[in-house]
Amino acid sequence: MGAWRVWRLLLRAQLREQPGRLALNVLSIALGVALASAIFLVNGAALAQFTGATRRLVGDADVIVRGPAGGFPEGLFARLARDPAVAVASPVVEVDAAIAGRTEPLPVRGIDPFRAGELQHALIEGLGGATRDLFQADGIVLSAAAATALDLKAGDPLTVVVGDRPTRLRVVGVMPKTAYSQPLGLMDIASAQWVFDRVGRLNRVDLRLVDGADAAAFRAALVGRLPAGVFPVAPGTEIGRAATVTRAYRVNLNMLALIALWTGAFLVFSTQSASVLRRRGSLALLRALGVTRGELRRALAAEGAFLGALGALIGIVGGAVLATAMLRVLAGDLGNGQLRVFGATLAWQPWALAGFFGIGVLVSAAGAWAPAKAAAQLPPAQALKGGAGDPAATVRTGWRLGCALGALGIALAWLPPVAHLPLFGYASIAALLFAAVSLVPTVTVALLRAAPRTGRVTLDNAIAQLRDNVGAATLSLASIIVSFSLMVAMAIMVHSFRQSFAHWLGKLLPADIEMRVPPNADTAFWNADEQRRLAATPGIARIEFRRTLHLALDGRQAPVTLIARDISRATAARVLPILRQSAVRAPPDPPPAWVSEAMVDRYGVTPGARLRLPLGGRWRTFTVAGVWRDYARSTGAIVIGRAAYAAATGDNAATEASLWLAPHADADRVGQALRARLGAPEAVQITTSTTVRARSLAIFDRAFTITYALEAIAVLIGLAGVAFAMSSTAIARRAEFGMLRHIGMRRGQVIAMLAEEGIILSSLGAVYGLIVGFGLSLVLVFVVNRQSFDWSIDLAVPLARLCLLGAILVIAAAVTAAWSGRAAVGGDALRAVREDW
Amino acid sequence: MAEEPQPTRAVVLRLESVRKRFAADRPAVLDGIDLELVEGEYVAVMGESGVGKSTLLNVLAGLDSPDSGRVTLDGVDLSTLDDDAITRLRRRAVGFVFQAFHVLPYLSAAQNVSLPLELLGVPAVERNARTTRMLDALGLAALAARLPRQLSGGEIQRIAIARALVHSPRVLLADEPTGNLDPRSAAQTLQVLRAQVKAHAGAGILITHSRAAAETADRILTLDARGLAAEERR
Repeated sequence: MGAWRVWRLLLRAQLREQPGRLALNVLSIALGVALASAIFLVNGAALAQFTGATRRLVGDADVIVRGPAGGFPEGLFARLARDPAVAVASPVVEVDAAIAGRTEPLPVRGIDPFRAGELQHALIEGLGGATRDLFQADGIVLSAAAATALDLKAGDPLTVVVGDRPTRLRVVGVMPKTAYSQPLGLMDIASAQWVFDRVGRLNRVDLRLVDGADAAAFRAALVGRLPAGVFPVAPGTEIGRAATVTRAYRVNLNMLALIALWTGAFLVFSTQSASVLRRRGSLALLRALGVTRGELRRALAAEGAFLGALGALIGIVGGAVLATAMLRVLAGDLGNGQLRVFGATLAWQPWALAGFFGIGVLVSAAGAWAPAKAAAQLPPAQALKGGAGDPAATVRTGWRLGCALGALGIALAWLPPVAHLPLFGYASIAALLFAAVSLVPTVTVALLRAAPRTGRVTLDNAIAQLRDNVGAATLSLASIIVSFSLMVAMAIMVHSFRQSFAHWLGKLLPADIEMRVPPNADTAFWNADEQRRLAATPGIARIEFRRTLHLALDGRQAPVTLIARDISRATAARVLPILRQSAVRAPPDPPPAWVSEAMVDRYGVTPGARLRLPLGGRWRTFTVAGVWRDYARSTGAIVIGRAAYAAATGDNAATEASLWLAPHADADRVGQALRARLGAPEAVQITTSTTVRARSLAIFDRAFTITYALEAIAVLIGLAGVAFAMSSTAIARRAEFGMLRHIGMRRGQVIAMLAEEGIILSSLGAVYGLIVGFGLSLVLVFVVNRQSFDWSIDLAVPLARLCLLGAILVIAAAVTAAWSGRAAVGGDALRAVREDW
Repeated sequence: MAEEPQPTRAVVLRLESVRKRFAADRPAVLDGIDLELVEGEYVAVMGESGVGKSTLLNVLAGLDSPDSGRVTLDGVDLSTLDDDAITRLRRRAVGFVFQAFHVLPYLSAAQNVSLPLELLGVPAVERNARTTRMLDALGLAALAARLPRQLSGGEIQRIAIARALVHSPRVLLADEPTGNLDPRSAAQTLQVLRAQVKAHAGAGILITHSRAAAETADRILTLDARGLAAEERR
């Protein structure tokens, strides 16, 4: 006799007796696996699209020499090409061109088609017959994605903005979709240098080394020979950049999706526990007839694993369908905007899907293990008489386990990130959640013991019943405590983030009007004359210009953003959300720079330390005067004085401006007047700060929509767990209800008693979930968020919203309990009394 | 009338000085119990409520262990076995009939009866044949496909008896098997039980506080605070 036979027997019976419970378990696991695998597949497809596109651009290069957005003198190309270790050198001008009337810039690469053909064969083959046309002075070939996005075809004009000047190009060809999947424009390098005002300058040189050359050693040797701000980059670093930059976001989203699966595991725990409770007589009989403890335990755990396998299988199919739909509708963008791709298709990832299948089976088996163990431990003689085990033992075990797990969870929260991921933070949340669930019996018993007799028969009976059945009460609460506390934690985290974000916006948008060239474009700017002209616009009381550009500080990390603006040590705290400042020191200290938190985490710079920036082809030293909070630039941002920047680079251009209106000036009219003074007015965004704030908060809320959706699903699963556990225990207590009916309790009173039990339990769950959720939110806010995204947020608790959520939960649970009760007292009371099973 | 000399029969179940107490501040439920049950014997144990009849049955079946003393089932000292080994022995050598029937509500009459054979891993063909024979013997053949809720109390208890005997256990333990039945069903059940124990089991113990039920056994023992004593022999 093996566990296999017992499992078959039990499952057969369950399929006949409780198909609803089995379906609920299967669905909860299916839902969790579907969400987790869909999010993984969508992010994976988007990432594959990005890396595939980057791989095309990198081609067969062994080393990529990459410079700042402003470029480096092209003499460096000649030097590199002459190096005996270099077989092929291909010069590139890389710009993100501002397009008139569009906010998204177009990435444009100026290449030497002959040299590029030796390194980027697939890309150049995609040019086809357009290669010759590329040599036309205004010719540009677009990728299929760019042509679709811009609604252009061969022969159409394309207006790019260089400085404040519209410049007309002509589309000479469109590459097939297979050549390059993302938006891109290709030009001849000389035309690109001419059109974009970069004559004599390059941004990048791709190198293929001679056979047998050691690329790593070559890169290492190059480091000292390159000008400031120019770095040799390994192809792998270049290709993996999209993955690196979005990793924290992707991992966190996956973790969030796994919450639904996690809640599903607790639902399996709840329903299996309730089912074991309901079947305890049958299981005890099997023990009496000769089924060993081990066989029973394995059979019940296998029941969970089987349901998990079924659910996981459905989930994986559902996940693939969901992912396909999300790629089609959302273009792979699940909220952060960095992973938006064009025409990505789902990639079959058997290992990843097998992993999700395994997780589904594992969580379901784990959820079933504890009740299986409890069922096997219960002495059959006692269970045959209807006993349910020793509640005091449940409390004792739970107390010890809960304290140990709680201590572990707190300890884990203090550990540093692993590879920029808050792995210990997640482990801490898991440990704290398990601790919270383990402590439920202790807390429930303590609170119910303290409850006074009210004199109301239904309420007193409800309290007595719960006090005597702490095990059943615990399992009713487990899934809802897990999902509700996670929802509370997420609500506090998101609210805290939103409050901090709103405060940050207020600091960075103090003026009446904000004006800027298309963000992330590096071809549009206003020169000194244009700035003077703009400043003289009627209705403007004050205007402050800023220059924003990307700067690489080292070849392995993504570029940081440099913001040159009017700022001094005296005004820094007023114009920036400063977190820490260094002591004021007199010259001859280097000029001050204020760095974002990401700079502290990624480059280890601290207030008072020296910071070297590659400006004007030389390394310039600054003093870190303070650390500020920045939610816009995750790879790091540095603010320096405009005068210091201009002195170092000779660049007086500006890309952004804040404007304060004169008294009684009208914002719309001033906006129109500003546009009238610009050479390429359609390339400039002029918006009131109020609109920017409202739009930014709307984008913030949209980014968290999927978070709310996943959380709501987790709570629904939790509520389903409560519903099932309550209806199961209600049905198990039919004889009790029959007896109460016999001795004169009305049907309505029995239902009221059950509803009161539901209210007591869910109130306990809600209050407990609020406390646990608050604890978890501290880990989310101060550990997971901080370690994932390199920015901090201030804790803020949305008390009213949480109370409302708690009230909804209590009402839902009371309705569920009363509904369960109706079914249980609906039959013949006399028969219920005589039922033994 | 002088009794005919009986051939020596094997001991199926033996209790030696068995003692069981549930709490230190309460008297022992079983205090120095001795009992020997030989092959073919059918014994009734009587006693008032709370005297320890069910505890005795649990100790006999290895569902509960004595504080001291020795229980030997089919020559095996239960104290030398772990829980799994006792369970396996029980699976093979013990049949149970309970007052509350304890049949699985979601299995048909035939499935309930064949349960011990399934647990023992008896091949399906043999299992079906033995189940059918047992159902026939108890007059349940026509009810084989019915679920317990479609049967009367007497019929359900006959299913429980069939289940207890289908695997020909060395000992059948019946705990108040007629406690939930009307007098007519009870009388029928007791007759069936005695006949089937004699036909299919090594020996049987009937726990009851009904004099009429006890009188269907070969001998009657009474259990009280002083221990287990022989009352009379038929």
